[in-house]
Amino acid sequence: MEQLYIDLENYLGIGTDSVPEVVRLAIAVLVLGTIFLLAPILTIWVERKVAARFQNRIGPNRTGPYGLLQSFADVLKLIGKEQIMPAHADRIPFLFAPLLMVVSVIMITAVIPLMPNYIGADLSIGALYFVAIGSLSTIAVVMAGWGSNNKYALLGAFRTVAQLISYEIPLVFSLLVPVLFAGTMSMVGITQAQADLDYWYIFLAPASFLIFLFSNLAEIGRTPFDLLEAESELVAGYQIEYSAMPWGMFMLSEFLHAFLIGPLVAVLFLGGWDGPFAEDVPVLGVVYLVIKSMAVYFLGMWMRATLPRFRIDQLMEFNWKFLVPLSIANLLIASFLWELFPEPAGGGLVDNFPRFIVMGGSSLFTLMVGLEFLRRKSVEDRERIARLIDEKNYPLATADQTGVAGD
Amino acid sequence: MVPLWMYLVVSAGLFSIGAFGVLSRRNAIAILMGVELMLNASNLNLVAFWRYINPGEINGQVFAAFVFVVAAAEAAVGLALIISIYVKRHTVVAEDVNLLKW
Amino acid sequence: MELTWELVAFLGFAVMTLGSGLMVVTSSNLFHSVLFLMTSLFGVAGLFVLLVAPFLAAIQVLVYIGAIAVLMLFVIMLTRQVMSRPELYNQQMAGALVAAAILFLALLFVLTPLADEIGGDVAQVNAEVIAEADDAPDVDYITVEELGRAFVTRNGFVLPFEVTSILLTAAMIGAIVVAREDEA
Repeated sequence: MEQLYIDLENYLGIGTDSVPEVVRLAIAVLVLGTIFLLAPILTIWVERKVAARFQNRIGPNRTGPYGLLQSFADVLKLIGKEQIMPAHADRIPFLFAPLLMVVSVIMITAVIPLMPNYIGADLSIGALYFVAIGSLSTIAVVMAGWGSNNKYALLGAFRTVAQLISYEIPLVFSLLVPVLFAGTMSMVGITQAQADLDYWYIFLAPASFLIFLFSNLAEIGRTPFDLLEAESELVAGYQIEYSAMPWGMFMLSEFLHAFLIGPLVAVLFLGGWDGPFAEDVPVLGVVYLVIKSMAVYFLGMWMRATLPRFRIDQLMEFNWKFLVPLSIANLLIASFLWELFPEPAGGGLVDNFPRFIVMGGSSLFTLMVGLEFLRRKSVEDRERIARLIDEKNYPLATADQTGVAGD
Repeated sequence: MVPLWMYLVVSAGLFSIGAFGVLSRRNAIAILMGVELMLNASNLNLVAFWRYINPGEINGQVFAAFVFVVAAAEAAVGLALIISIYVKRHTVVAEDVNLLKW
Repeated sequence: MELTWELVAFLGFAVMTLGSGLMVVTSSNLFHSVLFLMTSLFGVAGLFVLLVAPFLAAIQVLVYIGAIAVLMLFVIMLTRQVMSRPELYNQQMAGALVAAAILFLALLFVLTPLADEIGGDVAQVNAEVIAEADDAPDVDYITVEELGRAFVTRNGFVLPFEVTSILLTAAMIGAIVVAREDEA
């Protein structure tokens, strides 16, 4: 941040003494926040194009070259629309919810190191800060669901509380693995540790990487975890009564949050700005970070475009019976092996190869064991439902007829 | 630097507000909220005294962390009790739960 | 007293804490009460940051706002049929008001001299140490690492730490047992 001020001062011609520090801080925050707030304009286009290709469509291609201006057209349309307030809505929660949603997402950007020495705020508790701020979006969704005075919205809020609180647990447990390796919760510290090591934590803990990615996707509530908005059953859940720009703010925060998973995962598991010559030419760091973020973002888009939505009982079982035990087992194994196999003296890629095999291998092995249990359980479930359908001659089996939802 | 007594005044105010809520509200959830306010006031006091009197020692922060744990346990059990009472007797008003009162 | 940014921030957080604290106990809509409770707790988190306890501030947001208050919202939504009862306060409301006022005044008269008494010498010395440390903002008095070590060393707090873990487990089991519907 210091660096950012100095550069800003040079660019904007603001003397160090002429303005109080608070004003300079505010300017820096404004610049950083605006950059990230503008990112979704691009990522929405990327997402629509990629999803279209997955579904054998072309995607937006009319507005501007390759449809690049489609997002601008959408924003203009949203601004022009009428903002509707439902009758007997709880005004203050209803109007504050979109704002809180955007704020909770924007505040995450403060702890993402963009390149060496460039970060919004190098907090000593950066990783914890990210989890804490992320929990604010739960409240925004509940406020929206309650304030709308609509039973679908309220149902969406119920599901949100259940889902978001549950998935915070594997999120934190898998987040602890890189924190444990780096010995610090500071995001700068975690990136620096990986840059010093010449390898990334994904090689040591691939399972934690995947758990972190999944639970983050669940926190945002995108397909296949989009039960809180589920347009086909809850007609968009907590967003149902929103129109015009408040709705646009929900969309903005969802896309921005989805994009921000990229840099977060990159910082924690893929070395952040780390790459060839990044320490000498800091701008390269941003390029590396963006490349890694887009790679992670692509994984998210891939899942969104291909997987169907979970049922609520499947969602809960996937979390409590698969992700939580797996993340706890992974944390224990990782900490045990980290102590058992200390960093070799050479520290290079070759010297570390046995560690990759042992730690990465055991991480993957636990993942495989977990997946095998998951597979058996789902086969069992499907067979039981098939038996029930045969016995009782149900024309169509739904979850509560077969009692699957109850257990 | 903000003097210590200002923190103490804020903490005392918060504690009194919480105490008033606990003593006067009918709804059991509102009573729990009052308890949370009182716990927070005590935490504020602990951290303020740690920072101003003994910033080198770790005790103040550790004590505050334990208060968090106790608050979480208290909220979980308290809310579970409220849910259970609501299911059985269809009320969340504290004075309606008077079976053991004489 | 000169007006520093720290004082401005303190006053802002103090007003936020106390003002929304008052709204918590006086608001007739329970849902609003919890939202004000969150604001109040957020103010306390801000005060923790001013007291250079960033770990506690993050835990405050995570545990209180992210978990406890959300749990309360959940319970309020579940029990909302009986929420709109007309009487907000019970019959001891006036007494409670007097008691709270007396408590506040007593705390003021006990605590403020105490702060001077204890703080008189020590706080003066500490103020200098703190002022030095404030010039180097990288220096936290207690780092998260130290806090973590204190929890697991034998000379530190390992016994209370284990006891609280048992408390948490017991609370979790107790909450599940109490709240489950299909008891025999």
